[in-house]
Amino acid sequence: MNNSQLKNALLRLGDDALILGQRLAEWCGHAPALEEDIALTNISLDLIGQTQSYLSLAGSLFEEGIKSDDELAFLRSGREFQNLLLVEQPNGDFGDTIVRQFLFDAFALLRAEHIAQQSFNPEAAGIAAKAVKEIRYHFDHSSKWMVRLGDGTPESHSRVQKSLNDLWKFTGEMFISDEIDRSGLESGLLPNLEELKKEWDVKIDDILSKATLVRPEDGFMQTGGRKGIHTEAFGFMLAEMQILPRTHPGASW
Amino acid sequence: MSDLPHQEINGAELVIKVKRQMQDVMDPELPFLSVEEMGILRDVIFEKDHVVCIITPTYSGCPATEVIAEDVLTAARVIDNKAEVRIAISPAWTTDWINKETREKMQKHGIAPPEGSSHDRSFLTGEGRVIPCPLCKSKNTKLVSPFGSTACKASFICNECLEPFEHFKCI
Repeated sequence: MNNSQLKNALLRLGDDALILGQRLAEWCGHAPALEEDIALTNISLDLIGQTQSYLSLAGSLFEEGIKSDDELAFLRSGREFQNLLLVEQPNGDFGDTIVRQFLFDAFALLRAEHIAQQSFNPEAAGIAAKAVKEIRYHFDHSSKWMVRLGDGTPESHSRVQKSLNDLWKFTGEMFISDEIDRSGLESGLLPNLEELKKEWDVKIDDILSKATLVRPEDGFMQTGGRKGIHTEAFGFMLAEMQILPRTHPGASW
Repeated sequence: MSDLPHQEINGAELVIKVKRQMQDVMDPELPFLSVEEMGILRDVIFEKDHVVCIITPTYSGCPATEVIAEDVLTAARVIDNKAEVRIAISPAWTTDWINKETREKMQKHGIAPPEGSSHDRSFLTGEGRVIPCPLCKSKNTKLVSPFGSTACKASFICNECLEPFEHFKCI
C-alpha cells in the first residue's frame, strides 16, 4: 500500500463517519422522544470524534503539505468525498434513520474490529480500537430499534420494512473492492470484503428474523460514493455543513 | 553537556511537582473527580527540557477532552512554563482504569459506577445487569436509555425511590 492509497483508505474511513455523523446531528431537537434525541446526537458525537482522528491521520499524508481535519471536512468539494452512498441518504422518517444506521453499524463494526487488530498502521489500529467500543454500542442500539419497530405495530412493521427495501440498494457498495481496498487487503490494513460480507450477512439476518422483517433480494446496487459520485441529497447536506467556514474562513468561537 | 545529570534530577523533581499539581485538575463533567482518578491523565514524563502530560479521551468525540487538555496545561505550566500536553488514543481508555475508591466517590455523588469489567460484553449497557440505585441502594431499577447527558453515561430510573439517575457506562 503506497502513501496515496493509505491516504485514500483513511479518507474513506473518516468520510463515512463524518457524513453519517452530520446526518444524525440533523436530528438534534427533532427526534420522536427526548431520550432518542440524546441517543442520536451522542452517536453523532462519537462518529465526529472518529472522523477527527481518521482525517487528521489522512491529512498528515498529503504531499503538498499537512491538511487539518477541519480543512478536509469543510473545504473539500463534493467530488472529493469518498463516503458510502448509504450514509449520505436523507434522514427520512425515524425508521429510515434506524435502518441506515443498522446496516452501516454492522459493517462498520466488522471493519473496525479488523483495523484494530492489524499492525500495518498502528495509529489507525489505535483509532479503530477506540471506535470498536463505540460502534458496538451503536449497533446494539440500532439492532434493538429494528426489533422494536419490525416486531411492533402493523404500522411500524410496514414502514420499517419499506425503509429496508428502499435502502437495500445502497448495501452492495460496502463490499465492492477497488484498487485501494485490494492494496489495503494486501498490506493487512483493510479486511477482505468478501469474507466480511459473510459475517455481515449473519449479523443482519439474525436481527431481521428477530424483527420479523424480510430481507430484500439483492438486485441492482447503487454505487459511486467511493469515486466521489454522490446522490442528489449529498450536495444540499454538504452546503449546510460547510457554509459557515466557507463564508467566514478561519472563524472561531 | 556537563549540565545533563543536573537537568535529569530537575526533570524528576518537576515531574513529581506536576503530578502533585494534577491532583487538583478535575474532570469538567464530573467535578468531584480528578483527571487522574478518571484515568484520563495517563502519565507525566520529562522529555529533553520540559514536562509532557499525556492524556487520553474517554470517547473519540468527548467534547470535554479539549477543556481537560487546557486545564492540564494551565496547571502544569504553573510548575514548568515549557510544559506540553499530548493526547494519546492508544491503548483505548477503559472504565477498568477507574479504581474502587473512585467508583465509591461516583456512588456518593449519585452516579451509578461502571459495574464489573469491560471484557464482559453484557456489562456494556448495564442492561440485563443489576445496576443498584446510587441513592436508595435498591436493586429494583430500570434502564431508560442507553444514552445520557454525556457520552459516558446511560440513563436509569429507580423503581423504589422513583429518582432518575445516571450509570457510568462500562467500556
